[in-house]
Amino acid sequence: MKKVLGVLLIGLLSACASQTPQPSAEVEDKSVGAQPTQPSTSATTEGGPTLNPLTDPKNILSKRSVYFDYDSYVVKEDYRQLVLAHAQYLRSNPSAKAIMQGNTDERGSREYNLALGQRRADAVKYAMTLSGAKEAQIESVSLGEEKPRATEHDEASWAENRRVDIRYKGE
Amino acid sequence: MTEYNSKALKSFSSIKVIIAMHAMHIRLGGFSGYAFVLLLWLVSSPLHATLNIEIFGGGATQIPIAIVPLAGEEKLKQSLSPVVSADLHRSGLFRLVEPGALAPHDPTEVIYSDWTGRGASALAIGSATTLPGGLVALRVMLLDVAKQSQLGVYTETVPPEQLRAAAHRIADMIYEKLTGDVGVFSTRIAYVVKQGKKYSLQVADADGFNAQPVIEYTEPIISPAWSPDGTQLAYVSFENKKPVVYVQTLATQARKAVANFRGSNSAPEWSPDGKKLAVVLSLAGGSQIFLVNADGSGLQRLTQSSGIDTEPSFSPDGRYIIFTSDRGGSPQIYRMPITGGASSTAKRLTFEGSYNVSPQYSPDGKSFAFIHRNGDRFNVAIQDVSTRQMRALTDSRFDESPSVAPNGRMILYATEVRGRGILSAVSSDGRTRQQLSTQEGDIREPAWGPLPTKQ
Repeated sequence: MKKVLGVLLIGLLSACASQTPQPSAEVEDKSVGAQPTQPSTSATTEGGPTLNPLTDPKNILSKRSVYFDYDSYVVKEDYRQLVLAHAQYLRSNPSAKAIMQGNTDERGSREYNLALGQRRADAVKYAMTLSGAKEAQIESVSLGEEKPRATEHDEASWAENRRVDIRYKGE
Repeated sequence: MTEYNSKALKSFSSIKVIIAMHAMHIRLGGFSGYAFVLLLWLVSSPLHATLNIEIFGGGATQIPIAIVPLAGEEKLKQSLSPVVSADLHRSGLFRLVEPGALAPHDPTEVIYSDWTGRGASALAIGSATTLPGGLVALRVMLLDVAKQSQLGVYTETVPPEQLRAAAHRIADMIYEKLTGDVGVFSTRIAYVVKQGKKYSLQVADADGFNAQPVIEYTEPIISPAWSPDGTQLAYVSFENKKPVVYVQTLATQARKAVANFRGSNSAPEWSPDGKKLAVVLSLAGGSQIFLVNADGSGLQRLTQSSGIDTEPSFSPDGRYIIFTSDRGGSPQIYRMPITGGASSTAKRLTFEGSYNVSPQYSPDGKSFAFIHRNGDRFNVAIQDVSTRQMRALTDSRFDESPSVAPNGRMILYATEVRGRGILSAVSSDGRTRQQLSTQEGDIREPAWGPLPTKQ
C-alpha cells in the first residue's frame, strides 16, 4: 500500500517536471491575478488599492488547504496548481516562511494520527521544495485529530478534517 | 518564540505568569532546541472535576469481607471505613458483607460464628483515637474468620488531613494480604478534561477524589506520562500551535520544554530509571523515536525506518521498547532493544488484524495492553509477550489510550458513552469494568501513576 502511494506521489511530481521545464513561466500563465516574480506582497489592479496576494480571494494563494483521501498522504492532482503557486511565492520571497499544519479525522489513536498528520504536512512540504521553495522556509507540523475544523462524526466531517493547512509566519 | 509565548499565556485568564522566562539555546550535535523554564502560578481553576465512578460486573470469585466502622471514627472529619470499603469494592475482587449491628473493635470482642453466619471470610476491625494535639492514632486488624487468626495489622498516627490517604493504605494492606498482589489504592491518575475550548490536565487520587489541575490552556494537551517516582508529568501541549513535549514538576508547577525541535514533538514516555524520555520527533523526517535526557539534553535516535514509528513504551527492566510502527504497511506493534543503534532490528509482535496501536507494557513485563481495531470497533486488548496469545477485553466502539495499573490488574482507558468522553477501567481478566466520568466536559488521555515510593 505504501509502495503504491509512494509511486503515485513520484508519478505526480514527475508529471509536474515533464510538463513544466520552467516552472515559473508555467505558473505565471496559469495562475489568476498573481505576479509571483515581484518580490513585494502587492499585486496591482487597475487604479485600485494594492492587494496582498496571500489573502486576495481572487488569488490562488489565498487558498490554503490541501485535502486527502482516507488513510492517504498523497497530494492529489487537484491540488497541484495550489502547491505550485505557494512554492513559487516562497521562491520569489526568500524571506517568507510557511508552516504546513497536517490534520487527520478523529478515528484511531491520537499519537498515531499525529504521525499521519505529520506525513501529510511533510508531503505538501516535499512537493513545494521540489517546485523551488527552500527547505529552510517551510516547517511541517502536525495537529493530528486535535483541532478539527468540522466537528460532526460523519463522513463529511472526517473528509473536511483530512487536510493540510498552509500558514505563513506573520499572519 | 518568547514573544509569542508570553502573548499566548496572557490570554489565559486563570494563570498568572511570574517573571523569569529563561531561554537556553542548546546545541545537540547538529540538532538545536530551545528549553524554556516557566514558572506558572495557577490562581483558580474552573475545571476542578470530581470523578463519578460506576462499577459493572464483578469477578467470578469474590472474597466476602466485612469492614466494621472503626471505634471513634464517627468523631472524625473523615471516616475511614467507607473509603476502605469503596476501594475494595472498586477492585471487583471483594464482596462487602454488612456488619449490621455487630461492632467489635478488638479481636477479643469478635465472635467468629457471627461472621461465618453472615458469609464473611475476612473481617477488618479497629479504632481511630484522636490524641491531644489533634493527631489520630489508627489501628486496624485484618482477621481470618475461618482460622480465627490475625492476617495483618495496620498502625499509624496521622494528622486529620491525611485520614483519607491512611484509609487507602489500610485498603492496600487488606488487598495485599488477601489477594497476594500489591494494592493500588494509594496511587493517582492523570487525565485531560476538555470543556468547551478549555483543556485541563489534572491529577486525582485513583478513586477520583482530590482532583488538582496541573496545567490548563485553550489549546489541546495530550499524552501525559508519569515519571517513575511520581513527582513529574511529561505531556504534549499545543500552546505554540504545534506539539511540544513539556516536563512539569507537580509540587512546584515548574516546567521545562524537553522536546521543542523543528516540526512535531510528542509521545513522551519515561525510562524506568527516570533518567531519560523516549519521544517521537519529526525533526529528522517522518515520525521517529528518539531518546532524550530528562532535562532535554543528549538527543539519541532509536528507530530508523521510513515509516511511522511512535507510541514507545519501555519494558520494566528498561532494556526494550515496544512501539507502534507502520513499516510493514499497516500500524502494528513492534519491539526493539534500546541499545544497538541503527542496526537493531525491530521484531513484530502483533499479527491479528490491520490496526494494532498504543502498546503499554504490563509492570511484570510479561504482557502488554494495546488497542486493536476489529471491523469498525477500537477495543482494549492484552497480549502475552512469550505466547503471543491475544485477548480483547472490551467490546465498545471507540476505546483509546490504555494505561496499566502498577499492579497490572486493571487497565484504564478512554472511551465514549452517548457521545461523551469518559474514562473506563477493565480488569486484566476482562471481568470487572468501571466508568469514571466528570459532571461536565469530556475526559480523555488517562495515565495511571506509579506506586508511592516507600518511605
